[in-house]
Amino acid sequence: MWKFFHKLTSPPHFYRLGATLIPWLAIPGLVLIAYGTYAGLFLASVDYQQGDAFRIIYVHVPAAYLSMLAYAFMAFGGGIGLIWRMKLAHAVAAAAAPLGAAFTFLALVTGAIWGRPMWGTWWEWGDPRLTSELILLFLYFGYMALRSSIDDTAKADKASAVLALVGVVNVVIVHYSVEWWSSLHQGQTLFKEGGPAMDADMLYPLLAMILGFTLIFGALLSRRIRTEVLYRERRTRWVRELVLSPEGGK
Amino acid sequence: MDALAMGNYGPYVWSCFALTLIVVVVSDWRSRVRHNQVYRDIEVRIKALEERQ
Repeated sequence: MWKFFHKLTSPPHFYRLGATLIPWLAIPGLVLIAYGTYAGLFLASVDYQQGDAFRIIYVHVPAAYLSMLAYAFMAFGGGIGLIWRMKLAHAVAAAAAPLGAAFTFLALVTGAIWGRPMWGTWWEWGDPRLTSELILLFLYFGYMALRSSIDDTAKADKASAVLALVGVVNVVIVHYSVEWWSSLHQGQTLFKEGGPAMDADMLYPLLAMILGFTLIFGALLSRRIRTEVLYRERRTRWVRELVLSPEGGK
Repeated sequence: MDALAMGNYGPYVWSCFALTLIVVVVSDWRSRVRHNQVYRDIEVRIKALEERQ
């Protein structure tokens, strides 16, 4: 078991595995998103309170969920890298940050667009969910700025891992903000006590979108990790052999 | 046309889906460009070294 784990986390092994993994994640991901988009836009019933505006949920919820999942990858990768000095873990953390920032931006903008017709405002500064999600975006920006400001990769890994671990507190706040404080934002929809608060024809497209976006995130993350591994290992013998091999190794 | 109008919420709904498509496509494109760039830089450096030897 340990041997398998050790092999999996070796940079050359992951580089090759990543190339195989990407289409296996991307193709089912795209199929699920295609189904989720069609069913969410055209088959799901109209919400009795929000009308058709509720359909924004099919892109907003996956984006918000991935904004937190990417941070979890970043903090977990940073933590593992700090404790066990595993090269691949820091590469995972560095690769997750730009994707996390993109999905956080998407969650914030789709949330604001949804908020305008429902709450009568694009943004509410006093709202804990909105503000903590904005802080999450700033944490991603801070993490990326910190990494790019340090030339030494090992030092950048350590400093950014500490920042990622400290910022985990904010992810917990984002998740529980609607329960802990009074918020304009609606409460939990899927992980509610007594089951999801949605009809099946609304729920299944949402689950398909969440799973589909997670698979696409996995494919994008795998490609970014491969790039990060290639850059970090650029002076090693396996990269030299890979580049000089007749079939190449893109 | 009703499907496009989305009960008068069309601009809100469609702009969210369009923005999502843009973010995912740009993320994919940027990761491809960055990967190719890193690979090409390494390839040029290694081939230059090989030629010198």
